[in-house]
Amino acid sequence: MKTVSSSQPASTSPASTSPDDSRQDSPLPVDTESPSLRSSAPPSDGASVPHESAHLHVSGEATYVDDLREFAGTVHVALGLSERDHARIEAIDLTEVLASPGVIGVLQASDIPGANDCGPIVHDDPILAESEVQYVGQPIFAVIAERYDQARRAARKARIDYADLPAILTAREARDAGSFVIPPMRLTRGDPAAGLAAAPNRLRGEWTVGGQEHFYLEGQVSYALPREDGCIQLWCSTQHPTEMQHVVAHALKLRANQVVVEMRRMGGGFGGKESQSALFACVTSIAAWKFRRPVKLRLDRDDDMMITGKRHDFHYDYDVGFDDDGRILASRIAMTSRAGFSADLSGPVATRALCHFDNAYYLPDVDIVSQCGRTNTQSNTAFRGFGGPQGAIAIEYLIDDIARTLGKDPLDVRKLNFYGTSERNLTPYGQVVEDNVIHELVAELETSSDYRARRMGLADFNATSPVLKKGLALTPVKFGISFNMVHFNQAGALVHIYTDGSILVNHGGTEMGQGLNTKVAQVVANTLGVDIRHVRATAADTSKVANTSATAASTGADLNGKAAEDAALRIRARLAAFALQSLGSAGGTTDKGSPDRDSAPGDAIEAVEFANEKIRVGPREISFTELVRQAYEARVQLWSDGFYATPKLHWDRNTLTGRPFFYFAYGAAVSEVLVDTLTGEWRLLRADLLHDAGNPINPAIDIGQIEGGFIQGMGWLTMEELWWNAQGKLMTHAPSTYKIPAVHDCPPVFNTRLYRNANREDTIMRSKAVGEPPLLLAFSTFFAIRDAVASVGDGRTAPPLCPPATPEAILDAIEAVRAHPA
Amino acid sequence: MNRSIHLLLNHRPITIAPVPATRSLLSWLREQQGLTGTKEGCAEGDCGACTIVVGELIGPERRLRLRSVNACIQFVPALDGKAVFTVEYLREQAGGTLHPVQQAMVDCHGSQCGFCTPGFVMSLWSLYNEQRDNQRPGETRPDPAKISSALTGNLCRCTGYRPIIDAAQRMFDLPAVDLDRDRLRQALLALQHPDALEQVHDGVGFHAPRSVESLLALRAAKPAATILAGCTDIGLWVNKQFRPLSDLIHLDRVEALKTIVTGPDHIRIGAAVSLTDAYAALTLHYPALAELWERFASPPVRNAGTLGGNIANGSPIGDSMPALIALGARIELLSQSGRRSLPLETFYLGYMQKDLATDEILGYIDVPLPDPAVRFRTYKLSKRFDSDISAVCAAFAITLDGQTIRSARIAFGGMAATPARAPLTEAALTGQPWDEHTLAAGQQALDRDYSPLTDMRASAAYRRRTAGNLLHRFYLETRVNDPLPADAVNIHAAASTAS
Repeated sequence: MKTVSSSQPASTSPASTSPDDSRQDSPLPVDTESPSLRSSAPPSDGASVPHESAHLHVSGEATYVDDLREFAGTVHVALGLSERDHARIEAIDLTEVLASPGVIGVLQASDIPGANDCGPIVHDDPILAESEVQYVGQPIFAVIAERYDQARRAARKARIDYADLPAILTAREARDAGSFVIPPMRLTRGDPAAGLAAAPNRLRGEWTVGGQEHFYLEGQVSYALPREDGCIQLWCSTQHPTEMQHVVAHALKLRANQVVVEMRRMGGGFGGKESQSALFACVTSIAAWKFRRPVKLRLDRDDDMMITGKRHDFHYDYDVGFDDDGRILASRIAMTSRAGFSADLSGPVATRALCHFDNAYYLPDVDIVSQCGRTNTQSNTAFRGFGGPQGAIAIEYLIDDIARTLGKDPLDVRKLNFYGTSERNLTPYGQVVEDNVIHELVAELETSSDYRARRMGLADFNATSPVLKKGLALTPVKFGISFNMVHFNQAGALVHIYTDGSILVNHGGTEMGQGLNTKVAQVVANTLGVDIRHVRATAADTSKVANTSATAASTGADLNGKAAEDAALRIRARLAAFALQSLGSAGGTTDKGSPDRDSAPGDAIEAVEFANEKIRVGPREISFTELVRQAYEARVQLWSDGFYATPKLHWDRNTLTGRPFFYFAYGAAVSEVLVDTLTGEWRLLRADLLHDAGNPINPAIDIGQIEGGFIQGMGWLTMEELWWNAQGKLMTHAPSTYKIPAVHDCPPVFNTRLYRNANREDTIMRSKAVGEPPLLLAFSTFFAIRDAVASVGDGRTAPPLCPPATPEAILDAIEAVRAHPA
Repeated sequence: MNRSIHLLLNHRPITIAPVPATRSLLSWLREQQGLTGTKEGCAEGDCGACTIVVGELIGPERRLRLRSVNACIQFVPALDGKAVFTVEYLREQAGGTLHPVQQAMVDCHGSQCGFCTPGFVMSLWSLYNEQRDNQRPGETRPDPAKISSALTGNLCRCTGYRPIIDAAQRMFDLPAVDLDRDRLRQALLALQHPDALEQVHDGVGFHAPRSVESLLALRAAKPAATILAGCTDIGLWVNKQFRPLSDLIHLDRVEALKTIVTGPDHIRIGAAVSLTDAYAALTLHYPALAELWERFASPPVRNAGTLGGNIANGSPIGDSMPALIALGARIELLSQSGRRSLPLETFYLGYMQKDLATDEILGYIDVPLPDPAVRFRTYKLSKRFDSDISAVCAAFAITLDGQTIRSARIAFGGMAATPARAPLTEAALTGQPWDEHTLAAGQQALDRDYSPLTDMRASAAYRRRTAGNLLHRFYLETRVNDPLPADAVNIHAAASTAS
């Protein structure tokens, strides 16, 4: 298996390398999605071209919503927030708000002409609270002022009388109260009760995992412009322009064709702008409609963190039975998330948690309950991994416990429980794991990271170091790719070739830094045999590609790359047919009307080569630009739409079974940490990551996703602590109090490599999705900390440690292990 | 008297009619100047998306100095007489192409969403210029530790930092683009106005006196005025709390308060000396302060913020005070009626209450020079290594006479309503042999010295426990027999040894 290291400057080759070279001598599989056309599926890597906006990012020229030149008369919105976690609103007095300098007016729920709801699935998400507030931070009213700071200052001047109601704050309280935002889900295979009863060893208990603030560097922002005939133009930092179009239309009682949403780029999303941009999109649009002014709402960081939902924290009740080797025989888990006050995306998050409790392990008799606790806190939402990390880390904790109870290296117990390739390969939800590479991948990492020797060295270090202890862990990842909801797995694209040979591609995905536009442009360039510098990707725009899915679930490149390829292939077929006519008849251009790709023999069309900016028919060739010019004059259509729907998927929401995932992505990581047993402080000394990105479209971008996901996941499991006070107020609502990883948290030794494993499914360029799965690589850091903590004990004590592993949590665990009777 | 503000914006002189005293530089850049490359990520100096570089003339010799600061917590009038560089300048400086800092970021895939990128670019540009200006023979780039330190004030949520660290190396491999420092210095000299800045907008004044006398006169005349030094905390009062402020009196142009003088027995640090300069001077004498310095906020905050501001602000979690108290620092307060000197710890009367009359200002901080008999350490506990607020900040100084502790000064932050000494612990240690028995007695006393609170940074129990454990760490490092090196008891020292 070939690997590439991040320490090689991934950028040395890029722009000068034709991304197409390798396609010439490869047998190309037939793309069943586009009959008669060949799909590009090169056996070698795509090129590590820089992000399409890199030169703009570094020079400050990349425009985000707040950077757009404002229209004359633009006014600004700030939101008035609830100060109570659960209360009836007795009275709202906005007199002083309205009297504040610069204030133009206010909006309350009663001003909304249509539905006061921005919930993505369940209609339980008011845009502005009506008679009741359900968490501290819930928007109650909006104030519109000439200037941003005037609006913010005015918003603080409201007088609101509340009558307090009982509140539920944690997932555990919600579980005990039976308070859920949607009905609980349960998936059972075999006879877990009997399996547990018969198991020679058993562990039972409770555990929790913390939530996580997205901390996209660019906060939520929307900018609405009222247009003719009641229409709204909206610029919104969102992962889901189509949904913004829908919620705005519902709130304003408009048809979808009256709302246009444009999104060039986000300053980070991570799931936090999938559904939760909706409230701000609605408020700006309603204000624009009411006051007939361009309206901007840019959230201050503290308001953003107080209002918006986060990664769900989870509570687990578990019961696992295993044999003396550590093989899991039966398991039962009830997972309860802190959903917050409304459903938002908590249902699908719970489903993905349920579908990832197995992670890379075969669980024979299993019982999984996944439920969404209704709490009087922010409505938690999508966050990179979408419940998958919360599901998978639970089984990792159990396996770690099993190993420690048995006095074994947790890696050995992990390997013992891996899915098989031809047997023990059926997931609890009924999908056969067909593409399992976890054995080979982990074996390779175990060797390349020198795991066993380091394990021995660690024991020596810990034996002689009185205060500082080291810990080591290797953890695997298996992550399912596709939206669980089958119908979201579709995408569209438009490709235009202009008469000067330049190419523009528009697709349904959104760029949030993940490099989607770069990959899509690479796909188009590859398909048409030109350098990527000729291809420009444009803003997502609901008036171009309609009915788009959220850019989420890691599917952005899989879906939109295929759709763009489809569009490019359609144009290529027309150009090929035209080239056959013109080059085949001694190069003369004759006006024979637009060539119909179906009229030319498929074999002949496929024989036309598109490479190195030239089109070759047998011995003759013509430059791409010249062919395009001639084709235009011959009235050949030089633009096309493209479409893609992921094949093979089916999912039964009632039985929770089917094939929800087109394929799985795999990875593994080794972390080595140092822990201070006097203070609980820790540092990550070394990380080795090996990740399966299939055949990468852009190795440098993929490595960026892997490393960034790992560090982000490490933050979630260690230093990022959300802390609510007893009154239900989130007290960590700014970077001064909520700490995401900073530069010294990047380990001094950081080896990241791609595990080359061309996708066995027909994905774009045989790549694999890489947005979310690497986040789970950070499990290794958490379990390395736990390993270090365990070293202060008798070797058989499993430290009680719950993420986030703050210094305080670590010190508590150390003292618990020390207090444990040997 | 109301004069305009004169500054250089990306090397072009600009004259600004009076603006609100608290007008943020960031909003002025973005809204008035259309320079939207500088971003707002938090408006409290914690994320670095708004990082810019400020050039100014220093000292009587008018030396040029360039440093990164956070534009979100700078007020426009405070930039009078200075040069402001934003990310937009770099391409201009490089003649239209990307500056090596920018090209290296592109080459190393250092941007993903790109929102934090201009801030990183400006921190790197600051590092680049500093390195090019001070390069020693044979040296081509700063060492890796210096690179990481330069980036502690910039948060990136996408990359995980590795490619940005790589870019900081690679930028020195590309053809150099050097700043014409002489030209910039001349432009700044030409910009200087003979009169101190006095401006009034909407009835609120901004005063930047240039002598101690005029400063004290202003202080006496305007008892309600706020003293402004680096703006790193007052900026938050405005951005986050909407606190109404009356007149601002800016210390930054009072040269006498910007000096560091090393005398025969102490170092005297003026109240307007930046944290960067103050710590550089202090760590020369007290290497044990190096880790605390590294972890005290971030370079942009240390460049703008002052040691005097940290002390005068008097937050119970200010990181400079425990160490200074343990070292026996004194402060000198100035007023028109004279000056008085007092031990730093007695300055703090209660939560955010100080022994400071309405006509007084903090003038100087006097830190004793090291005594070879004193064992001194300071430790900081927080969730994150970089730029975090302490849950507990401890400082220990004991004077050893053979095996015996002759005297002890111990101070903590995060344990009480003010930075405070630990009198019971000091008493428990004084006159005792420095052994495990005394350590245990000290730990018990510590538990009685403080009644810490639970908050989002840590529980009261953790604070209590680690206070005692930090005394234990101090013991291991300073015991007479078999003291352990820092990298055996402190993971941060160990991590830097490892890398």
